[in-house]
Amino acid sequence: MNPALQGLITIVVGVGGCVAYFYFSNQFLDKVLYPSRGPNAGRNINRANAIRPWLFMFPAIFALGLYLAYPVFETLRLSVTSRSAGGAFVGGQNYARMFGEDKFWEAVRNNIMWLLIVPAASTAFGLLAAQLTDRIKWGNIAKSLIFMPMAISFVGAAVIFKLIYDARPEDVAQIGVLNAVYLQLGGESPITWLTVPFWNNFFLMIVLIWIQTGFAMVILSAALRGIPEETVEAAIVDGANPFQIFFKIKIPQIAGTIVVVWTTITIVVLKVFDIVFAMTNGQWETQVLANYMYDKLFRANDWGMGSASAMIIMLMVTPILVWNVYNARKEMR
Amino acid sequence: MDNIAGTKSSLTWAVHISVAALVLLWIFPTLGLLVSSFRTTDQIRTSGWWAAMFPAVQNETLRAADPDEFRVDLGEGRFMVEGNLFVVDGQVESAEDVPAEISVWGTSSRAIDAYLPGETADLGDGETMAVQSNGDYVWEGDDDQISGRGQRVFVTAESPPEFTLANYRNVLFDPGNREGMAKAFFNTLTVTIPATIIPILIAAFAAYALAWMEFPGRALLVAAVVALLVVPLQLALIPLLSLHNAVGIGKGYLGVWLAHTGFGLPLAIYLLRNYMVGLPREVIENARVDGATEFQIFTRIILPLSFPALASFAIFQFLWTWNDLLVAMVFLIDASGDTTVMTRQIVELMGTRGGDWEILATSAFVSIAVPLVVFFTMQRYLVRGLLAGSVK
Repeated sequence: MNPALQGLITIVVGVGGCVAYFYFSNQFLDKVLYPSRGPNAGRNINRANAIRPWLFMFPAIFALGLYLAYPVFETLRLSVTSRSAGGAFVGGQNYARMFGEDKFWEAVRNNIMWLLIVPAASTAFGLLAAQLTDRIKWGNIAKSLIFMPMAISFVGAAVIFKLIYDARPEDVAQIGVLNAVYLQLGGESPITWLTVPFWNNFFLMIVLIWIQTGFAMVILSAALRGIPEETVEAAIVDGANPFQIFFKIKIPQIAGTIVVVWTTITIVVLKVFDIVFAMTNGQWETQVLANYMYDKLFRANDWGMGSASAMIIMLMVTPILVWNVYNARKEMR
Repeated sequence: MDNIAGTKSSLTWAVHISVAALVLLWIFPTLGLLVSSFRTTDQIRTSGWWAAMFPAVQNETLRAADPDEFRVDLGEGRFMVEGNLFVVDGQVESAEDVPAEISVWGTSSRAIDAYLPGETADLGDGETMAVQSNGDYVWEGDDDQISGRGQRVFVTAESPPEFTLANYRNVLFDPGNREGMAKAFFNTLTVTIPATIIPILIAAFAAYALAWMEFPGRALLVAAVVALLVVPLQLALIPLLSLHNAVGIGKGYLGVWLAHTGFGLPLAIYLLRNYMVGLPREVIENARVDGATEFQIFTRIILPLSFPALASFAIFQFLWTWNDLLVAMVFLIDASGDTTVMTRQIVELMGTRGGDWEILATSAFVSIAVPLVVFFTMQRYLVRGLLAGSVK
């Protein structure tokens, strides 16, 4: 069947099915199961209203349970069993094997670097852009343009930056900006930037910083606008200079938002896969956990170790997960 | 308030300059790709894309036509060769097509800028050479001088910026191009649309229940949604692929639609619930008093009022599914490669055609173009959605 046709049918079936489910299950509840007429009308209405929320939520709960909750436990199970041994329980063997691999520790080291640098740099640039663009007339256009990389795929960004890092032989014109500038500034010979161990990690990080800065800027810009005017006015009256106003009056008031932005980008960083996969595929010491996991799962076909590394990612996400849930519960009260 | 702080005029220009620098820095990379996709293979190989904006200045060594074949006898022992330097060089078919304009020229490698176009060079003993700006030349002298090889001419030529659509024709519309993007483009579209629409509906009902219905366990469910919001989808790959294989879905569109639906739901529910909670209580209670059923309240009141939040999520989900690589690789693309999506195709091209920037840049830009259009037209909703999702 033509995929486009199949897609159309899926939309019709999916959307129609959802609508039909919600409509008919409601009808069934109100008309057949607990009709709001007759001797038990009052009790029936109450019962129907107790059941209805679950009717409304059933498809979502089912999908969430199957596609996100179940895999967490299944991955945990897979990480302590061996596929080659027919799914037998092997305890911590997969983890032990993984901890014995240099590539794993390289991925952990790189991931930690990513975690330290990318959220910090994106937030800092975002804050700078937010503060600066808020003061000028064409600020909105500037914001749009800085925000734009958000819409570009990681793979697209990888191509964009590969062109920037491109290196050609010494005797021909450089078409990568970085090498062209490097040679202009007196560099001796063009460098293949992505193959320089350790530093190449930073060249990959720049891609994500470039993408995430716009996000940080948009959120922080809204937060800056939300600062009560009186606090800034009072500071001006007291003779504070613009830098003091920014660092001592504004930053403390948006600290909460900065934390939110920071943690959101941190989660993105933990899952970063496409950039590394497309640009270096973990060669030249640029491995990260998500790509390491993909390697193990789909290249080495080692589900045990792959699942074990997935659990490591989960473990790193958990503190943020707990923090988010804690905050959400606090708000609901 | 910022204006008051910004009244120090000495700082204002600094702000303008910093913002301009920041913006330039941020669009420069994308601009490079865009410009490169409109250049020919030769142009990309010989100069950086930033040079494409300006007229290209090139020093070339050209030769007059072979005298033994083309010389014309003027009588009295004088001979002449006439023609166009670029035509002789084989760069163009006829003098009308010459793309470049000669700014200076010379006949010796030590003085390549000795003459202006239109001037006549004296080569000694009555031998002369005249070159026009379009490359037309007249070379005159006696029998001995106009023989052997054609006279060498060193020209400094300036050609105007030149762009081509050939790359796009090749990548999008050439049916013979097996690496073309046309098919991958439609595959991506096929993945994206159902994967965007289906979760919205499911999430909207659930969000309404979580926002406006009273039932035990509601707080717990909201907390669960917040928790699932950050669960890395990497964990879901193997368990769900096994599941899909076990129930017979295997790798294919159905699987990828279901996966995207599942992965998109937490954000959808979270965004929509946050929005719906903020809707005015009176509207909903009045409707209840008037005897509307919950289903009617939802479809007639809540859904229309929630349009901005629905649009926000739709944009997020669209961008995310369009740009996705990992989910498509795991749940969709099988060994045959017939269902490859654009992101995957580009990664493949990076491997096989790593140096062919005209193909890479064009392919990448084809895949980037649609999200960019969505981004610039719907930015308002995107920003609103981001704020609703993060600032609390």
